[in-house]
Amino acid sequence: MKIHEFQGKELFRKAGVPVLEGIVAKTPEEAAQAYDKLGGKIAVVKSQIHAGGRGKGTVIDNPKQHGVVLCKSADEARAAAEGLLGKKLVTIQTGPEGQTVNQVFVEAGCDIARELYLGIVLDRGDKKPVLMVSTEGGMEIETVAEETPELIFKEHFDPHVGLEPYQVRKLCKKLGITGAAAKAASRFMPAMCRFYVDYDCEMAEINPLVITGDDQMVALDAKITFDNNALYRHPELAEFRDLSEEEPSEVRATDAGLSYVKLEGNIGCLVNGAGLAMSTMDIIKYHGGQPANFLDVGGSANEEQVTEAFRILLSDPNVKGVLVNIFGGIARCTTIAAAVIAASKTVGFKVPLVVRLEGTEVEEGRKMLAESDVDIITASDITDAAQKIVAATGV
Amino acid sequence: MSILINSDTKVICQGITGKAGTFHSLGCRDYGTKMVGGVTPGKAGQDVDGIPVFDTVEDAVNETGANATMIFVPPPFTADAILEALDAGIKVIAAITEGVPVIDMVRVYEKVRASDAVLIGPNCPGLITPGECKIGIMPGYIHQPGKVGVMSRSGTLTYEAVWQTSSLKLGQSTCVGLGGDPIVGTSYIDLLKLYQEDDQTEAILMIGEIGGSAEEEAAAYVKEHVTKPVAAFIAGRTAPPGKRMGHAGAIISGGKGTATEKVKALESAGIVVAPTPADMGKAVVEAMGK
Repeated sequence: MKIHEFQGKELFRKAGVPVLEGIVAKTPEEAAQAYDKLGGKIAVVKSQIHAGGRGKGTVIDNPKQHGVVLCKSADEARAAAEGLLGKKLVTIQTGPEGQTVNQVFVEAGCDIARELYLGIVLDRGDKKPVLMVSTEGGMEIETVAEETPELIFKEHFDPHVGLEPYQVRKLCKKLGITGAAAKAASRFMPAMCRFYVDYDCEMAEINPLVITGDDQMVALDAKITFDNNALYRHPELAEFRDLSEEEPSEVRATDAGLSYVKLEGNIGCLVNGAGLAMSTMDIIKYHGGQPANFLDVGGSANEEQVTEAFRILLSDPNVKGVLVNIFGGIARCTTIAAAVIAASKTVGFKVPLVVRLEGTEVEEGRKMLAESDVDIITASDITDAAQKIVAATGV
Repeated sequence: MSILINSDTKVICQGITGKAGTFHSLGCRDYGTKMVGGVTPGKAGQDVDGIPVFDTVEDAVNETGANATMIFVPPPFTADAILEALDAGIKVIAAITEGVPVIDMVRVYEKVRASDAVLIGPNCPGLITPGECKIGIMPGYIHQPGKVGVMSRSGTLTYEAVWQTSSLKLGQSTCVGLGGDPIVGTSYIDLLKLYQEDDQTEAILMIGEIGGSAEEEAAAYVKEHVTKPVAAFIAGRTAPPGKRMGHAGAIISGGKGTATEKVKALESAGIVVAPTPADMGKAVVEAMGK
């Protein structure tokens, strides 16, 4: 689960990670008031969307309007909010359609001496969380990793012990941080590592992490993703979920216990198992078609879930045909066959439907489909299925 | 011989009185697995269709001599169940449960690696030595005793591969579902070592997917240490970056973990990579003919 920058900073403050004062605004007037409340010197108006690259990103049809704006008066803050709220912001992470800005975060300015990068992720190779810092603050970290990997410094840490003091000293030395700033780092870095573990983060990124003119360390950004599997331990985070930032059909699928990712193509796929679902997309593409989605109905899907899966697939106007690929293990072919028949009655198939069944109770399942009056193109194996759906959708 | 499990393996199920635990314990027993017991705290003295239930893994091991376990307990308790099995001296632990918090696995992984036990999963279908012992949720009948060692991060895609190798009359020595999570107990490399030493295994089929770098590491290992023929398939060539494809571990992040990179690494190690999921069996045949 992703959250907004201002929400991340609220959590940072509670965890003792220094942030600047800031106020959320949903109207231009609120932004102007926020500017005044923050002391009326310099403030930054930042669009709040679940995507990075906001500073360089621009609003659709208004290329001069960037996603992050430095303001020196209440009027400028009002104008910036006016230019962003309700508009679609396009960044390198949003795709060309952009994401609507529903709120802005008005944040006090500060005296920036240096901009650094700090990120914590799980290192899948070493099976431990790793703290990464870099001198190249404000840059895309992927670019830094590509071009100047020697400027990224890493320390793995034990989640139950946290970052050790010597590890902070090593990193400070490499970053060229000394004196009072190093002292600030000795509090900041372990606090961030604790935060990562305490909240079961998947990723916590601060870019830029700033050293101020008076040698303080401040998180100027907060990009946080939580481990969905651990959300049950953090009921307080539920209110931070912003459904407007998520694809509606994906939310619907999650509610039905399905795993669904919308794609750009026109062949809907309904598959059991993540690996098989991915491979089904791959083989459609291999035979010249374009998959409209990833959809894993899971091992224990019942008739109702599969019917809902069909509804979600067919609600995508791009879908010109559907491929059902089931290798029954725990999921029985009869369950899927029953769901196909039920869905044809309640949802209705107006597009070609190719079904490939294999595995548990396959004979009974095939018989059920053959004896029904549903218009189905049956396929004998995964290649046959892909070729038939590609032909049927006329690609 | 096979790897990890055989007809002598004595299996218990942690979480046997739950719906899935009961269903699959009986399924394994029907297949021929020696299901000697189950564990559900507070339910000692009961039985599940004749399989005795114990309060603790320690009790189950003392009473039955069990040396393997399959875990079906809910995600919040899975890490603890693995540690309990480890403490009781169980040697093969298959954690089927999906949805275990990844930080829990950081702790468990270290303890498992410091022991001589093997953890398969979590979020996996389990493992099977055809005709001898099935520990997990895979449909037994698609398997056939034979010569291919199959290892995979996916469930149903493994069934597809098994089906193809059975249809080609190659059969399987032992099939292992490694699990779809970012941290799992056993890697491809761990299994490559075992398959390489196993007489029954004549070829190895490795089924990977996008995310992480386990396939690249395995490719490097194959190049140096594996003399048996190896074939592979990678799922997710069409997966978009930044999106989690069902499995918690199946995500291309920061441009890393793409299928293209993995295929390239595998091919450069002399591994035959199937172009589509329909060609996994054929790829094994091709690798064996090389």
